[in-house]
Amino acid sequence: MRSKLIVWLGVIALVAAACGDGGGDGASELPTEIGEGEGQVNIVAWAGYIEDGSTDPNYDWVTTFEEATGCQVNVKTAGTSDEMVALMTGSTEYDLVTASGDSSNRLIAGGTVQEINIDLIDAWDTVDPRLQDAPWHTVDGKHYGVPYEWGANVLAYNTEVFGDTPPTSWSVVFEEQTLPDGESNAGRVQAYDGPIYVADAALYMGVANPYALSDQQYQDALNLLRGQRELVGRYWHDAFIQIEDFTNEGVVASSSWPFQVNILQASGAPIASVFPTEGATGWADTTLMHSSAPNPNCAYMWLNHSITPKLQGDLAAWFGTVPAVLAACEGNELLGPDGCNTNGLGSFDQIKFWQTPTENCLGAGGTCVPYYKWVTDYLAVIGGR
Amino acid sequence: MASAAPPTSLVRRASAILYRRRGLRLFLLLGLPVLWLVGVYGGSLLSLLTQSFFRLDSFAGTIDRTPTLATWRDLFTGANMAVVGRTFTMAASVTIAAVIVALPLAYYIARFASRRTRAWMILAVLLPLWSSYLVRVYAWKLILAAEGIINWFLTRIGLGPVLDVVLDLPVIGGPSLSTSYLGQFIVFLYIWLPYMILPVETALERVPNSYLEASADLGAKPLTTFRRVVWPLAIPGIAAGSIFTFSLTLGDYIIPTIIGDSSPFIGLAIYSQQGVAGNLPLAAAFSFVPIAIMTVYLTIARRMGAFEAL
Repeated sequence: MRSKLIVWLGVIALVAAACGDGGGDGASELPTEIGEGEGQVNIVAWAGYIEDGSTDPNYDWVTTFEEATGCQVNVKTAGTSDEMVALMTGSTEYDLVTASGDSSNRLIAGGTVQEINIDLIDAWDTVDPRLQDAPWHTVDGKHYGVPYEWGANVLAYNTEVFGDTPPTSWSVVFEEQTLPDGESNAGRVQAYDGPIYVADAALYMGVANPYALSDQQYQDALNLLRGQRELVGRYWHDAFIQIEDFTNEGVVASSSWPFQVNILQASGAPIASVFPTEGATGWADTTLMHSSAPNPNCAYMWLNHSITPKLQGDLAAWFGTVPAVLAACEGNELLGPDGCNTNGLGSFDQIKFWQTPTENCLGAGGTCVPYYKWVTDYLAVIGGR
Repeated sequence: MASAAPPTSLVRRASAILYRRRGLRLFLLLGLPVLWLVGVYGGSLLSLLTQSFFRLDSFAGTIDRTPTLATWRDLFTGANMAVVGRTFTMAASVTIAAVIVALPLAYYIARFASRRTRAWMILAVLLPLWSSYLVRVYAWKLILAAEGIINWFLTRIGLGPVLDVVLDLPVIGGPSLSTSYLGQFIVFLYIWLPYMILPVETALERVPNSYLEASADLGAKPLTTFRRVVWPLAIPGIAAGSIFTFSLTLGDYIIPTIIGDSSPFIGLAIYSQQGVAGNLPLAAAFSFVPIAIMTVYLTIARRMGAFEAL
């Protein structure tokens, strides 16, 4: 009798739990005007992209927005594009995401983000024309986001170890060698733990388009990465943990973002960065809006705010990126007159921006290795296989 | 038909109904806890595990909900089984080391410490648990770093070469303590030690003094007494503590992220598959592994009497 009762309660509970899987998908038509703010906006962003003055009081582009619009900005930081995709597809609580090219197309294809009405973006024409219709956020003529910033994955290195001969090639992180301070680089380098890093290996090997790899090129890249596994002390995922590793773990070289380099230099660490001869991968980030964004009006307000020249210039100075709005390069105190050039303004054509590898070689024809294989194989490489 | 005067107040009537209807009484008492245990806990576990029978549509990152065994086939590949093996080895070594470290301390607390000292010592054992888990792990990352205090201290007293030899050991060494299995092992051991000390101490407390005196009277040396009397009585406590250290290491994903060389452990693999790859089906399949291992482990532990010593 007692056990029967428990069984019945359990059955009722299980049925209730299983039936509780609601899931809205709002395929709404394009909004024609921005309405009243909802009071908050939730953004998935890279660390350092949305600063409210708490890390450094000089870098704050959130407080003025919150005061002007009444929309409280809540930021969720993510370490890799895959994390961003997982966060956006896994829930409907986020409004916006600052997605790189290797996650934006996935989000668009999966219906996770909605088309943006660019008429509602007042300063759209100030956006760099090279980015306005870029393939990673414009599909079939429809715009799905507003370009934010772009930059490169630079080679960060320890100036004390390299002395007068700074590194000029990615070989310092890919191949075992003795560094200018007399010791091997084994155990003293790091690599990015996102699967898109396979493209960096392909780039080092000289492949023209590192996101469209044939089977042979892909296997060669994986072998290079397996060799690299022996040299890497730890794979980096979180920008701030990498900053600590450069300071405390004796890491001498690693692919990194200008963000970490800037913070390390500001705290007096002997770290500098270089754009190697083989070129570099990079990211051109776009702010996309969730198809079921809970706060669409605040989201549009933020989209407009995100391409104001002051924000663009401040962020470029903080993170080491190049603004999507070129006018931001002039007259920004924090960035300085030469800031955009230092951050790589002239290298737009040499940077291989992150894209999601597809089976059809990104439309070029032939058969390439798709991204999900990159993920499985790279996680296995990190695991030592 | 004669009957007693019916109870008039509401409370008395309710009390009478409950007295007569045993089923209703049971329902009211057990209803909510069973609902929580089976519905919330069991239901959420079941809905996670059913995910393992779906597969991931890799380009768009969405889950294809047609039942399939493809994800299970992915689980039994070499790379994933290596993850399981690595986690199991770490869990087993941490458990054994925790027993070796906890036993003398628990023995002292149970047998030699005075009442007051015992209270303070138990407090000292529990004190780390009052601070945040993450804070402690980050603290160890700094302690174990190449520029950290262990390296500095050993170099100062001239034992630098010893540390280098240790770090050069094939599997467990690495560029620094913080990026090696040895460092991970130390941090795991530190974090789970309170969970091992307490059950062992409880079990040892229960060993009556008269047993030890009788053993000595019969001519046993202290080592023999320990081997033949104390150890068998301590085993239930050890089994209980080992449940904690073993299962917690199997599932942990925070320590391998912060300490170590990024090699995936089960918890980290589940976290990566769900977060990096968006591959919830594979993460769910991975989740089965610690459940299966712990079911076997708990059955063995129960035979050894662990549940009485908890």
